[in-house]
Amino acid sequence: MIQQDAAPKPRRNVELALLILALAVGIGASAMVDLNSETPFDNDFWFQSSLLVVAALSFHVVLRLRAKYADPVILPIVVALNGLGLALIHRMDGPGSDTGNNQLRWTLIAVAVAVTAIWLLKDHRILRRFTFISLAASAILLVLPLIPFISAGEVLGARVWIQIGSMTFQPGEIAKITLAIFFAGYLSSNRDLILLAGRKIGPMQFPRFRDMGPMVTAWLVSIGVLVFQRDLGSSVLFFGLFIVMIYVATSRISWVVIGLALILGGGFVASRIFPHVAFRLDSWWNAFTPEVYGRSPGGSGQIVQGLFGMADGGLVGTGIGLGRPDLVPFANSDMIIALIGEELGLIGLFAVVLLYLLLFTRGFRAALGTRDAFGKLLACGLSFALALQCFVVIGGVTRLIPLTGLTTPFLAAGGSSLLANWIIVGLLLMISHSARSPIDTTPMPDAPTEAVKQP
Amino acid sequence: MSELTITALRFGFLLLLWVLIFSIVSAMRRDLMIGRKAATGAPTAREVRKHPELAPPAPAAKQQARQLVVVEGPLKGTTLPLAASPILLGRAQEATLVLEDDYASGRHARLFPQGSRWFIEDLGSTNGTYLADQQLTRALPVELGVPVRIGKTVIELRP
Repeated sequence: MIQQDAAPKPRRNVELALLILALAVGIGASAMVDLNSETPFDNDFWFQSSLLVVAALSFHVVLRLRAKYADPVILPIVVALNGLGLALIHRMDGPGSDTGNNQLRWTLIAVAVAVTAIWLLKDHRILRRFTFISLAASAILLVLPLIPFISAGEVLGARVWIQIGSMTFQPGEIAKITLAIFFAGYLSSNRDLILLAGRKIGPMQFPRFRDMGPMVTAWLVSIGVLVFQRDLGSSVLFFGLFIVMIYVATSRISWVVIGLALILGGGFVASRIFPHVAFRLDSWWNAFTPEVYGRSPGGSGQIVQGLFGMADGGLVGTGIGLGRPDLVPFANSDMIIALIGEELGLIGLFAVVLLYLLLFTRGFRAALGTRDAFGKLLACGLSFALALQCFVVIGGVTRLIPLTGLTTPFLAAGGSSLLANWIIVGLLLMISHSARSPIDTTPMPDAPTEAVKQP
Repeated sequence: MSELTITALRFGFLLLLWVLIFSIVSAMRRDLMIGRKAATGAPTAREVRKHPELAPPAPAAKQQARQLVVVEGPLKGTTLPLAASPILLGRAQEATLVLEDDYASGRHARLFPQGSRWFIEDLGSTNGTYLADQQLTRALPVELGVPVRIGKTVIELRP
């Protein structure tokens, strides 16, 4: 239906060429950071750059071996974003702080995990067998940070971290993948049931009450995350993920209407009950009021400093390593978009946003091309999760919507987010491989005699 | 490091970012073209000139049927040259090919040329005529090498 004419081509050489460009972006950014440091081009720089090159090229080689027909532009985009992120995090490292090396370590771990996933799984359809296991896994992952002994306690107002030894981890990041697998598996098998039954009220068809079960579950999960973990961003992400997946599965606008009504209702109640939600709204709406700016906790200082930074960057930016992003709290994680806006300017920020946009379109392209319903839903859900994350973060930093604590995929400092996003990329590559690979047309072993062509 | 070099590097890096984006977009262009071609059907002459691999395979030269061969049945091995006139198959003596076959009707089937092809038509036989295991209900074209069964006799057209 989609690619019937010319024989599909693996296009791995295109990927290699783009990958070299992407590595040039990452290493170039890193070099510009190094130029402005006290010891330019020391061993650290060469060590980090070569590790990045090795990681990217080994991923490329694995794709050549295991997923020959995978989309050629996904990997270069992700490598460029990750390399840029590494350079910028390294740039923010003061003396004694080690965030840059930690991020590099996590990048290597994440690439290794994604490569292993591609090597072992080979076909995304196997994941469908784990539909309900992934539901259970999501529940466990979401509850983990609330269990006393492994919980890392309340960090920056949110209870989303666990601690194993000296390592901290955010299990909610992995939960977004397992939830996407569950929704895709559940909706691809129960789609017809949800679609056919229901009452028609006005122009919209509403689902039966008992088909609302999963939706109510998703809503309760998001509310639970909001109440118990105080994590507004993840709460929005989980619920948005579910609404989009059920909308894609059934193409009924009523789900979106119901979902938005539930979000607005929940958000209104939450802003009345929980002070941290109310503070977030207030510091968004009245960001420039002096008393809101200086308030602690819940002041708008971070957002406003980020906006000032971006204004200082202007069209072409101050140049990497030449701005003053140290004035913005969390410039290497939550506010990394403000850092890019300041040092690379509007032109650089648009380039980064475009890279994200291209990544999402490739994810949705894989969803369109693949032939199984599960793969379609999974690719849609995963690309949408990335897109929603970017929207929430970039919208928050630019004061379009209230700032919530989600990470910028691949750019922001944070190991668990990096790991989860690389796994998502691995899954998208696998799905795009099955979407683009030629259909197996060899005859079946016990094929009946060839039918004669009749006009 | 001079001010000029640093400025050049700043702009060079922004340029590099956009070069990456335009390379990605141009790599994706081929993918978009595939969708368009699928929508419009055959590639245009201009596209074929640019990408010779898109040209549709040349149609195989059409071979004319020159003779009729009996491959099974009592008359096995008999060949009959085909001219431009229709052929009557059956047990009746006026048939072009007289079948010594108990399961064939007198006037069983008719093979006639139309355009560049030969068609077979059942003439209301008792036991029916089969074109490649399918009983005839109307006149159908007979391709080269496709067996036509009448009773115990199987005939084929050969070039």
